[in-house]
Amino acid sequence: MTWEKLRKIIENVKRMFKNDVEEVFLEKKIAKIIVKKEKLLELARYLRDIHQFDHVKGVTGVDLSRLKEGGGPYIEVIYHVGSLDDPELNDSILNVSVKLDIDNPVVTSLYSIWPSVEYHEREVYEMLGVNFQGHPNLKRLLLPEYWMDLPPLRKDYKVPGRD
Amino acid sequence: MVLEEKKKIEVYDTGGPRLTFSYGPQHPGTGHFRMIVTVSGDTVVDLEPDPGFVHRGEEKMAEYKTWITNIPHLERPAILDAAGMVIPYCLTVEKLIDVEIPERAKYLRTIVAELDRIASHLYWFSLYGIFLGHSTMFLWCVNDREYILDLSQSITGQRFTHAYYVPGGVRNDAPKHVPKNLVKEFKLYYSRMLGREPREDELSEDFKKYILAVVDFMDLRLDHYYQMFFNSEIFIERTKNIGVLKREDAIRLGVPGTTLRASGVKYDTRVNDPYDAYPYLKFNIPVGTRGDCYDRAMVGFQEIRESLKIIQQAVEQIPDGPIKLKQHPIVIRVPKGEAIARAEAARGEILYYIVSDGTDKPYRLRMITPSFRLLPALKHLTIGSRIADIPPIYWSLNYWPVEADR
Repeated sequence: MTWEKLRKIIENVKRMFKNDVEEVFLEKKIAKIIVKKEKLLELARYLRDIHQFDHVKGVTGVDLSRLKEGGGPYIEVIYHVGSLDDPELNDSILNVSVKLDIDNPVVTSLYSIWPSVEYHEREVYEMLGVNFQGHPNLKRLLLPEYWMDLPPLRKDYKVPGRD
Repeated sequence: MVLEEKKKIEVYDTGGPRLTFSYGPQHPGTGHFRMIVTVSGDTVVDLEPDPGFVHRGEEKMAEYKTWITNIPHLERPAILDAAGMVIPYCLTVEKLIDVEIPERAKYLRTIVAELDRIASHLYWFSLYGIFLGHSTMFLWCVNDREYILDLSQSITGQRFTHAYYVPGGVRNDAPKHVPKNLVKEFKLYYSRMLGREPREDELSEDFKKYILAVVDFMDLRLDHYYQMFFNSEIFIERTKNIGVLKREDAIRLGVPGTTLRASGVKYDTRVNDPYDAYPYLKFNIPVGTRGDCYDRAMVGFQEIRESLKIIQQAVEQIPDGPIKLKQHPIVIRVPKGEAIARAEAARGEILYYIVSDGTDKPYRLRMITPSFRLLPALKHLTIGSRIADIPPIYWSLNYWPVEADR
């Protein structure tokens, strides 16, 4: 795990997007860029067109409201991006993340950039209530049709018999 | 819809009324799953996969269980491939704690992971066979898989769902000897299948010799499989040039595992981002050329042979020493932070993202399974095909609904 090329790319992103990049983590555990939500689409396009990040391995939503350190009234949406075409990038996963307001989590869908996000975004939509604008088919995926409660992966949701 | 799909539909569209119906929910040997299919004549013009019938809420459940008690339920999404499901979880937790496991534990993990991969692939081919009308394949695969599961049992204590891996190593060591009855039974099976007795020096109750004998036996059986199933007219007619996934489409849709490699992309986490004992072992990554149903099966078939090679090397090279860093109590605390790790499960790349807040439970655990990533490919391949081609396409992807739903 050397991540040579990934390091260079993250430097380039920092130079290109300057103040729009809120935070960068580059350690053995994770390589993550937190970007402003208005710039997410632009960053995704830049990563795909210039740096050959050609697919998304998954999309994760995290409710940060109960996290003691670094938490707050946010929902973090993380795109785990990788490259199949570029052998130098095969060993790395770049995590592109945005922090959204928990009361009104809205973000642009990346379906137009990476079609592989289709089902992952649907899952985040139903599990955390994040609204992906521009998604062609934003519907429930795994939960039953009669589900009437809060999105279950929100920390406010109480699991029956657990709390 | 991609232009090619539209063209394909235009060729076969009868112009008659379109019919939308529910294909399932049924349990075709793997888990409940439904597809909503729209047809014109017998051409599929639209297909919408509808997963979720076996959703268990693994991710939410993980937030209520401790780091150690999470292990048994996390392997439930794919019980035949318990190693593939849990190894990346352990890798992620080890990244958070920042420890390296002992060498012997690495080898033991690798051996059990490859045994699980073989068992999982054999189960895949048994079902692939029976759904294409080839019931002999079902019986052969299930029968041979028994001896692979016996090996798993003698190492881990369980045939599958071993809960064998813990952050920091493995739970128990491999035995020195296997039970007498097992050797006797295997000897009988060997002579029935291959028409000759195994040599005296090849097979004994010594664990190392026994595992090598089973590996050799499986290697010979694979030739039988090829002649009987993969080279048979029944199989070839229904799979060649059916469901062709081109290289660029495979990359665009982000599919993992055998499906990706069959489309000609040489990508395997065991090599790209090596973990456990894989950097010390020599093996090839089988790659397909056409990306049709036949290639996907053949890549899986060749992977069994590579897995046997890996087990053989690992058993010969395994060093002595401790098998875990220390005996964990049931409750451990993991330092604050977030980490991501991946491994190659039987169906492809599996990814864990975990956030810890320093307590005895994960704050958030995300598991991204390979089957879930196959959904766009399933939709892409079936649109424009015939109804009769849906089963071969579905089975060639090795889609496992329980693993996708979690």
